[in-house]
Parts: sequence; C-alpha cells; structure tokens
Amino acid sequence: MSDTVFEINAAPGGKASSIPLMGDDGEPTIFEYAKPGRKSYNLLDQKLPTTQLNDLLPARYLRVNKLELTEVSERDLVGHFTRLTHRQYSVDLGAYPLGSCTMKYNPKFCDELAFMPSFNTCHPSAPEAVVQGWLELMVNLEEALCEITGMKAATLQPAAGAQGELTGLLLMRAWHEDRSHHKTTVIIPDTAHGTNPASVTLGGYKVKTVGTNEKGLVDIESLKSLLDDEVAGIMLTNPNTLGLFEEEIQEVASLIHSVDGLLYYDGANLNAILGKVRPGDMGFDIVHLNLHKTFATPHGGGGPGAGPVAVSERIMDFLPGPKPTRLGTNSYGYTTPIKSIGRIHSWHGNALVLLRAFGYILFHGSQGLEKISEMAVLNANWLKRRLKDTIVPAYDRPVMHEVVLTAQDLARDNNLKALDIAKALLDEGFHAPTIYFPLLVHEALMFEPTETESLDTLEALAGSVEKIISLSKNNIDDIKSAPKNTPVQRVDEALAARKLLATYDAAIKN
Amino acid sequence: MPSFVPHTQQEIKSMLEFLGLEDIDELYDHIPVALKLTQSLAITALSSEFDVIEHFTEIGNRNTEDLICFAGYGAYDRLIPAVTKQLASRSEFVTAYTPYQPEVAQGVLQAIFEYQTFVTRLYGMDIANASLYDGASALVEAVNIATSIKGNKSVIVSEGVFHNYRQVLGTFVKGTQTNIIIKTDKDLEDFDAFDTSGTVAAVVVQSPNRYGNLVDLDKVKQLCDRLGCLYIVAMDPIAASVLKTPGEAGADIAIGEGQVLGMPLSFGGPYLGLFALKQDLVRKLPGRLVGQTVDTSGKKAYVTTLRSREQDIRREKASSNVCTNQTLMAVTAAIQLSWLGSKGITEVAANSTKASHYLRSMLKSEGFEFYGDDPFLFEFSVKLKQKVDDVLQRMVDEGFLAGVKVLNEIDGQEYLVVATTEKRTASQIDAFAKALVKADN
Repeated sequence: MSDTVFEINAAPGGKASSIPLMGDDGEPTIFEYAKPGRKSYNLLDQKLPTTQLNDLLPARYLRVNKLELTEVSERDLVGHFTRLTHRQYSVDLGAYPLGSCTMKYNPKFCDELAFMPSFNTCHPSAPEAVVQGWLELMVNLEEALCEITGMKAATLQPAAGAQGELTGLLLMRAWHEDRSHHKTTVIIPDTAHGTNPASVTLGGYKVKTVGTNEKGLVDIESLKSLLDDEVAGIMLTNPNTLGLFEEEIQEVASLIHSVDGLLYYDGANLNAILGKVRPGDMGFDIVHLNLHKTFATPHGGGGPGAGPVAVSERIMDFLPGPKPTRLGTNSYGYTTPIKSIGRIHSWHGNALVLLRAFGYILFHGSQGLEKISEMAVLNANWLKRRLKDTIVPAYDRPVMHEVVLTAQDLARDNNLKALDIAKALLDEGFHAPTIYFPLLVHEALMFEPTETESLDTLEALAGSVEKIISLSKNNIDDIKSAPKNTPVQRVDEALAARKLLATYDAAIKN
Repeated sequence: MPSFVPHTQQEIKSMLEFLGLEDIDELYDHIPVALKLTQSLAITALSSEFDVIEHFTEIGNRNTEDLICFAGYGAYDRLIPAVTKQLASRSEFVTAYTPYQPEVAQGVLQAIFEYQTFVTRLYGMDIANASLYDGASALVEAVNIATSIKGNKSVIVSEGVFHNYRQVLGTFVKGTQTNIIIKTDKDLEDFDAFDTSGTVAAVVVQSPNRYGNLVDLDKVKQLCDRLGCLYIVAMDPIAASVLKTPGEAGADIAIGEGQVLGMPLSFGGPYLGLFALKQDLVRKLPGRLVGQTVDTSGKKAYVTTLRSREQDIRREKASSNVCTNQTLMAVTAAIQLSWLGSKGITEVAANSTKASHYLRSMLKSEGFEFYGDDPFLFEFSVKLKQKVDDVLQRMVDEGFLAGVKVLNEIDGQEYLVVATTEKRTASQIDAFAKALVKADN
C-alpha cells in the first residue's frame, strides 16, 4: 500500500473527475412517470363565467384524437429533470476545450440581467414609446460591436452564426445586384466550417474552394487561379479554423477587391483578436459575430446563440429592418434602411442573448476585452508547447486562441485515434476537444482552452492527454473501451441511424 | 480591471518564459504591423457587476413595465410556473453545448428526445426536430424542403400567415429563388382558380390565422391534393392541444412558435421554432434530431442521429445551414409541457378562449365590429374608428398593451388584433373593454 493517503488529483476549476455517481441505472422518460390522475399544474382563478369549449367552437374544428402528453406530480417532474442534469457535462462543471466553440465561463451576473422583469416582460410588438430601454440597449450594443469589428452599422436580428452567415451572403448579393454586377460564385477555404458552404448555396451562389498552403494559410496561388468576374466574394475566418492568423490577409483583400468582390468575416474565432486587430482594418465589408462564443452568453446545450452582422459604410443601406435607431438624445425608434434586404427574425433577434452580451462587454471595457484575447492566445500556445513532445501540432507555428493537433502518427503506430483520445479524456473529467475538424488534418484534435481556464487546469489537461497516450502503448484495448466512468459508454450511432427511434412512441412500438 | 481570467501575474510570467517570450505582445508578433490597432477600443468598463446591474436597472426603467398585456400575434403573455423557471436555469442545461460527446450529454439528449415526443403528439406528426430559431425560421425551412422535393419554385402562402413570418420568408427566398404567391384563406377555397399543372411545391396556411380566425384545414388539404403539392400548416402549440391537428388535417409539415411553452415575452427572443413532419420526409429534416440507441454494454442511450443530413457533413449540398439552434428553449418547453400535462394544456387553451369570447361579446355590445365571422380561439381582430396607433397609445396611458396593429394587405384596412390568455382576469377584461370604448371614441 502506498504511503500517500490522499492523491491530489484536483485542477482548481477545470477538472470534473470528482462527480459522484449513485447507481448505474438509466433515467426513465417523463412518459414512464405518468399515472392517470396525477398532476402538477395549477392555473390562475380568472373569475370568468363557466363555459365549455365545445359550446364556443364547431366540432369540425376540434381535435379528433385526445391529446396525451403526460401526467406527473411536480415532485416527480423535479426529480426527473434534476437527475437529467446529473447526466450532463457543462462549463460550470469543468473545462470544455471544444475547439471553435469558445466554451468559456459564463458570468452569473449576466443571468441576473436576463431575469430583470423590466426587460423580459416586454412584448416585441409594443409601441416604441414603451420599449425605449430595449431600443437604447440595442443601439448601444450595435455601436460597441461596430467599434470592436471596425464596422459602421450592424443588424442584431440573426439568431445564430449560421443565420448571420446567410444574412451576410444576402447582403453581398444585394450589393452586387444594386451595382448590376453579375456574380455567381463565392470562395471559401477548404478549412471552413460546414455552415459556410451550406450558407453559400442557400444564398444562391456556387462554392469555389481555395486550398491551404504548407503554412496552414490560404494559398495565394490557388486563390489567384480561382479569380474571375463571377466571384462575388470570399468567406474567411481569421484566425482560421487551424487557429492560425491569415498573415497575408491584405493581399487576399486586394485580390478579391480586384474582381469587385467582397470579403466576408466569419466571427467564430473573434475571441483571439479583441482590441488587437479588427476585421474592418483587414479589408472585410461584412462580419458576423457569435455572441455565444466571444461574449460568453451560455450555449444552452446547443443554443440559443446570437449572430449579429456588422457591415462597412458601403453595405449599411442594405441591412435588415426594422432596425433600432437613435432618433435624438435619449429618443429611440425603428428605421428600415433604404435598400434593406428585409426581415431576418420574427421580431428583433434573440434579445435576452443580446442583453447578456452587452452586460459582458460593459463589464470588461476595452482593456478587459484585450486581456480576454491575450490570455486565450497564451493558453492555447502554452498547451501546444506543453504537449508538443507527446502529440504533434498539425502546423508547428505560433497559434492564436486554439491549436489543432494530429494523432496521425499515434493512429498509425498504435491504432490510437483522435476519437479514442477524446473518449478517454471524458473519463479523466474533461470535455473532449473538437475532433476530425478541420477536414484536411488527419486525426485532428482541436483544443480551445479559452481564457477562463487556469494554468492548473491546463497542466491537468495536458497530464491527462499524456497519461492516455502512455497507457495506450501497453493497453490500447483499455483506451478503446473508454469512457467507463460516464453515465453511458460509447453509444451505437450507426444503430440510431439505421433504426430511427426519434420519439418515445416510436421506441415503445419497437 | 474586472475580469474572469484566473491567471496571476506570476503565472503569466512563467507561461511566457515557458514559451521563450518576454512580453504578452509577442504573441501577436506575426500579425502585420499595419493591421494592429494603435489605440484602445472606445469602450469604457464599468467597475463591477454591481455597477453593470445598476446601469441595466436604469436602462430597464425606460421600458414601461406592468402594462396589462392583450397583445399576441405569435407572442403571448402566459403563466410560467416557478418549476419551469428554476429547472430551465440549471447550469448543466444552460452552460453545455451541442451534444457532440453523447456519453457526457445524456441529460440534454434525453430532454430533447422527450421534447420531440411532445411536439409530435401536439401536432399529430411523426417526427419533430430538436428546434429551430423561431416561428419564422421554421416557415423558411419548411418552404425550402418543399421546393427541394418538388423541384419547382412556386409556393402559395396564405395572407393569414403572420406578416412578419412572410417578410422573413421574402428575405430568404432571394437566395433560393423561390416564387411566393400570396392568397387569402377564402381564395384557397376556390379550387378552380388554381393551376394544377404541377408548378406549385406547397401551400402554407396558418390556423388560427393572424386575425385569430380558424381555417378549415380539411378544405385546404383537398386543394393540396389537387395541386399535388406539400401541405404546410402553421399552428400555435396551445391551440393545437384543442384544435384539429395539422396531422389530423393531413399536413406534411407542421410548424409553429413555441414561446408559449414556458418562455417569457423577452422582447421577441430567444423563442422556439417548432418543426415536425411526416415519416417519409425525415431525410429532409432540417437541424438536429435525437434518436434512441444503446451503448456498448447494451444500455439505453440517446444520440444525435441522421447526421448525414447536416451542414457539417453535406456542406454545400446541405438543404439547411442550421447548426446552433434553440436547445435550451426546447428543454424549457419539455419541462413546461410535463408540468401542464394533457389536462393542463387543454385547460390553458380553454381558459384563454373563454376570456376572449367574454371580451368580444362585451365589445360587441358596445358596438365594435370585427374582422371575419369564422370561429376564433383566444385572439380576434377589432375594427376601430380611430387610427390603431393612436388607440394603442391612449390604452398605454390607461395601463394596457391593447394588442397588435395589423394591416390587411387586401382591403387596406387596419385592425387591432387582441389576445387573451389564461392570465387575464374578468376584472382586467372589464377594465380593458371600458378603456377601449373611451380610447376609440
């Protein structure tokens, strides 16, 4: 027996390996808790005369089959959903280095802002005079985002990055049409997020793919070969999805401008450059931001996000409307830009997400925002250096806020794949990095530590990666069967697709 | 300087040393000098979270709070119990992301699986996705499916669909080159007026429509059969608990706005795009879908499935670009629907309807006229003598948000669309009717 009584395995803040499990059972669905006669709901006494729905509406409009949802007690309901939360990893539990997603800590005071009744009880159709606070907030946020990106005006309507992308492409289209340009294609790098090509198609353009050079940057010669009068523009992420800054961005800009094209900035990686360098100064005309990444609004298990689009002066007349606008000192209303592409969202966008992001920006101010980027970049570079002798970077150059490593050699020599490392990290109490992206890197593992993880956490994360790789040398089967400490083990994704059971009703018929 | 960065000065120093750097600025050395900002951004920090909250309190005070809400039009002031607010605020739900690692995301995955089940049961459909952004984005995705299946580019959309949803559709079809044909609900009953040569990909109707009136969904189904096109029905989910469902009416795709399932009005977002369709269209489903499967030990497990439909795999061939959706809102809806149960939701619909009929009969006896004679649920349209904007303002002075101004694009007439929910009491409604008589004088 070891002399050590306690093994110190903690990484303050970032490692969640202390989460206890009670039992090994699955959690039944809410439908299995149902019992006729049970209920949770109680409604307000409206003191209205008693009438039956059947007396108010003709039968042919009414439901044919009786609705069955569930019938549960409030106690069972709370037990069920609370137990579900115990089967869920999250930023609040531990480090979440999921590359490209910027899973930083979400400050609690921003939640409190979103719960303020003076904001969250406002109806979106209310006359301008009764929502002056909301309009003021939105105008101020628009101005802050323009300052950060070096743009002139912005729409806050897009509900997520992908909707922002499509909005940006429609702006590009409208600008070209207004100038009677006939344009058919948009260039994207082979490292782009999948939403980029999908958005290009929905924007009515064809995709042309530009290659990546040996430095991991847009290949200028490849770009030149793609240029012609049909090119409407290029969509770039900078830093790109390899975590590298496109150092030749000025040349890219002048090449695209030479065919009257526009540069579109995908803001997925904006967390690297706050207060350091701005898309507007690099030659971009259209920029979308992911407020849920850079400005720490909670990701909600997959959403909601917010994807505002900021534009340069020559694009602003095309922005979506109605748009919150300052009409005079302390007076706000809506205006629709003269050549507006139209409405993007049912109302004004994911307003409470916008509100949280504005609180986050005000809290930090210019210096705080700069510090965010500096520490995000420092963390990524430290992690890359720390792991360099264990698992190699795809491109051994200074990175920005994230680093792409490759398990290509480990997979070849020892059958240790990126997927295996990711799954084994879960057992270590960490969320996995993004894997198999960007597509051009074999066995890619993309780590984005973010600025809110401490040096202790990074050290523990690196230690876990080393441990996994070292263990795999003698016992690859053990790693292949990871994770074991999680609520379920590796799931059969192929079965789910082959035999689709997408509702409880389908599952019980099975 | 306030910050959530945990690094001590000493740690920063040691990390830089480890990298062979002396100064933090060297991390940005490879960026061309000409591009670097030479001065700080013009954004002043507030010194603490307390200062931020105080600042927001001041701005918030410029919104008029405590107006009694009779506005609806797709966003309704409904009861939200403490249990929904608190469970939906659990930080494991709030601070997770897309369940890319299902082994540590069973909580969100199972909640979405339950949400999908609820939505299919409400709409009488086979498959529901894990959510879209809002009602308008659900409409756009539905139309995109129809044109991609039918290969033709005309879609008939009822004038009774919320005008803001149609505006959003109008924006996005500029990219997809879809031709939108607007018809009134009455037009749709005149079958002979339509071209049956197969040029139409879908018909879209909304019931209750934007004026609050119910649409005879069976008749529109007959039209769709004649045109050989898809049938898309937009329906409020509370209404769907008592009305003939889209599924029962033969719809191929059902869409709606899920804000009423536990989300505050929040000035329009984040809301919840409901999206459901028939089994045979599942390969065209936009966004994420959760399915049940097993893990390597044979235990039941959940996972996102049919992933080959999605943008990150199909890239430029994907028919939808949705990635981030509104998962937290879908989880909220699952909690709210579990709390309401079958009885609770129908009671919500019935109580809201009782209130609107009580109000309308009161207004009728005061001499008000209304748009259309068709039956209605919890919303209806009032013809005013005065300009709707003026009446809305006068009603604000009386403490009411009286409704939503709607312009009928066919007759050029303005209406006030008034909604009542299970939250409006008899005394509030009495006071509202009295105030409206005065305001429209």
